[in-house]
Amino acid sequence: MSQEQPRADSYSAADPEPTGRLSRRSFVSLAAGATFVLGFCLPTRRTSEAAEREDFAPNAFIRIDRQGGVTLIMPQVEMGQGVYTSLSMVMADELDADWSRVRVEHAPADIKHYANPMIGDLATGNSNSIRAFWKPMRQAAARTRACLVGAAALSWGVPPAECRTENGIVIHDRTGRKSAYGALVGRAAAIEPPNDPPLKDISAFRLIGRPLKRLDTPEKADGKVRYGIDVMPPNVKFATLAASPVLGGKVAHVDDHRARAIPGVRQVVVLDDVVAVVGDHMWAAKCGLEALEITWDDGPNGGVTSELIWSRLRDASLREGAVAKEVGDVARTLGSNSAPASDVVTATFEMPLLAHPTMEPLNCTVHVTPTSAEAWIGTQVMERVHAAVAKAAGLPESQVNVHNHLIGGGFGRRLEPDMAYTAARIAKQVEGPVKVVWTREEDIRHDIFRPAYHDRLWARLDGDRIVGWKHRVSGSSILARWAPPVFKNGVDGDGVDSAADTPYDIPNLRVEFNREEPPGVVTGWWRGVGPNNTVFAIESFIDELARKARRDPIDFRRVHLNKTPRLQAALDLVREKSGWGSALPARCGRGVSAQTSFGSFIATVVECEVDKSGEVKLRRVTTAVDTGIAVNPDTIMAQLQGGHVFGLTAALSGYNPLAKGPVQQSNFHDYRMLRIDQTPPIDIHLIKSDAAPGGIGEAGTVAALPALRNAIYAATGVALRRMPIDRKLLARSERT
Amino acid sequence: MITLLVNGEQRQVDVPHDMPLLWVLRDVLSLTGTKFGCGIAQCGACTVHLEGKPVRSCVLPVGTIGARAITTVEAIGATPNGARVQKAWLDLEVIQCGYCQSGQIMSATALLDAIPSPDDADIDAAMAGNICRCGTYVRIREAIKRAAGEVGSS
Repeated sequence: MSQEQPRADSYSAADPEPTGRLSRRSFVSLAAGATFVLGFCLPTRRTSEAAEREDFAPNAFIRIDRQGGVTLIMPQVEMGQGVYTSLSMVMADELDADWSRVRVEHAPADIKHYANPMIGDLATGNSNSIRAFWKPMRQAAARTRACLVGAAALSWGVPPAECRTENGIVIHDRTGRKSAYGALVGRAAAIEPPNDPPLKDISAFRLIGRPLKRLDTPEKADGKVRYGIDVMPPNVKFATLAASPVLGGKVAHVDDHRARAIPGVRQVVVLDDVVAVVGDHMWAAKCGLEALEITWDDGPNGGVTSELIWSRLRDASLREGAVAKEVGDVARTLGSNSAPASDVVTATFEMPLLAHPTMEPLNCTVHVTPTSAEAWIGTQVMERVHAAVAKAAGLPESQVNVHNHLIGGGFGRRLEPDMAYTAARIAKQVEGPVKVVWTREEDIRHDIFRPAYHDRLWARLDGDRIVGWKHRVSGSSILARWAPPVFKNGVDGDGVDSAADTPYDIPNLRVEFNREEPPGVVTGWWRGVGPNNTVFAIESFIDELARKARRDPIDFRRVHLNKTPRLQAALDLVREKSGWGSALPARCGRGVSAQTSFGSFIATVVECEVDKSGEVKLRRVTTAVDTGIAVNPDTIMAQLQGGHVFGLTAALSGYNPLAKGPVQQSNFHDYRMLRIDQTPPIDIHLIKSDAAPGGIGEAGTVAALPALRNAIYAATGVALRRMPIDRKLLARSERT
Repeated sequence: MITLLVNGEQRQVDVPHDMPLLWVLRDVLSLTGTKFGCGIAQCGACTVHLEGKPVRSCVLPVGTIGARAITTVEAIGATPNGARVQKAWLDLEVIQCGYCQSGQIMSATALLDAIPSPDDADIDAAMAGNICRCGTYVRIREAIKRAAGEVGSS
């Protein structure tokens, strides 16, 4: 069977050639969840006379002015996860800066200085901002601090070792001398920073570990914030667009005479894959778009339905996959596929394609002239957007300027530059700047979807112990498109993340990956990425095995986690806090999930009620988390609360995008998001830890789906094997 | 020409009568605090006040407004409940990406204007029209109660 990528070239996210910079090693962390950090070189600038007038900017992340203001430059984009505040806390703590004088600035599209060391690209994703920059940013701050101390010590004629720093001031206790950082700016630039300055001991943290207020939220409360969609360059025009209802289809013919007659419509731009209407405002553009008569050429994907995609995945799952992990002797323990051991338990689990809908619809504002291009956008991949705009405009990258903005929801959708590429192609046809805004309908129907996965699992029990385990993941490979060098030997490291490195200690274990691309559908990152699927399958299957072994689900997990005490501790805490084991009303149940995804140790209990019509009512969510050092504990709680809602939405959405060919769902009336009246109390309990920080932005999403599934299992006895939840299956059920 | 009363100021706009208020605010008056989320009154991101009542500006034809007063998030802080809601939102760190929060704050302020001490059912009824993809609902509920408490104590 062909392993070729589906045709996506018309707007391919891979177009901007992002991959030359990525190496297998630089990406290994994304693939395996490990915390490999590249060597990180920061530029230093130490001169002299110029320094007498300038700010002190000893590296790419920190700039101190003569008034003592500290500007921290953020390579990671703020999309609600609180990273501007958390990374600032990491640096300001090591720098001993005065927190009230810290301001934040977004980094330019400069891959040399600002690449994410765990991804090797300018990218905010994989819940790794803190993990990736924890050490390099602390080192940069420590070097900066050493220069400030050195400058003060030199001017006072005292050894630097006798000086200490506090709240933006260097202090020499013996002589009672003090100097504010701002006053040391000129002299500090002449001090050679140490290569490997000692970093603070945890006990000396002054900011890290405190629930400090976020730096980005005040302007989000009064309407002053400018997301990408809010930019207003002088004389900007507004455009909206339509692409083929059949994914990958092309424009065959456009009759625009009615559209052009609408007041405020200025121009109709026809490209090979999209038609855009440009107007004086979005309303004119929208009315113009609706008045167009477009004939589409469906191309080869006209017959693609979700059933076709599922049948291809199910067929693929019968093939032996590429081996991602093998320990012990699985063949002997489980038998062969044709002659399995008689007591082997098997199950299959499925996760559907899924759209992201971020609250800020896709948009990008671009101004193309013959010699330059300027773009305004909120993106998780600044450099890829920069390259995409340059390619679309037909200009060298040096003539392109991209402004990054705060993001109105990323969730992985803005790890792709396709919207910038499309907007820039439209802008090339337009005089002056044009803001291209996708309608919600186009945003949902032309998403870069989360992959559909089919997981097949085998296990064998000996008493209450799992002695053999095989897990075969079949699905598309995002990495093969997004970072081709990382896709090696048929294994997508993201597709088997949290499966190949399952925390459960099983003596004979094999994990396989089977790449099977859905025809016509481009798949991409979606909050929770690979673990969304693998953890759902594993935690669902484990619950079924626990029932088979007649063990409590938490006890059953615990006995397989003796090598992972941090996860055992999370399970113990969630057992206590969730009221696990206490009596519940009829048709109510509790379900648990446990995971180590993104380097955090998380146990979650969902409590729900399933009524006789199959409606699921969420009653309560309780989570215990050990994420290592909690840089900002309030942000961690917020991310888990929100992550849970995101996952529960996916479970309850009823989403089935290609049931009849073109994507049916188009807006929030038929792709249902969880709302406040459906959201239960969510309690998060942090476990204190001195370990290095783990990732947290996506972990709550991953945890929610299997915990809910297992709660439904407990409430009804129905062992759901697919997401989203099928209410029809539950309506028929009686409590077991 | 249509004359609108926006945040206490008379504004003249030369736009079609059927144009939704949302696009007049954003694209003509550059009041971008009010957000586009769905265009069909399903998500609440575009919520503004008309004579103090919450409305979805994405489906409100500008020609039907007449002299009625429009208040957007840019000016809601000048009202006592708007200021209390904004403060509670920041005190409890409700906001994540923030894109839906203009609408949330407008809906919450209208709720407190109508019901000074809302219970959970009142909050559900008033806020269920506002989607938040970041999932800040738990804190929204708490912040409304906090803001309501400050009404009582002031």
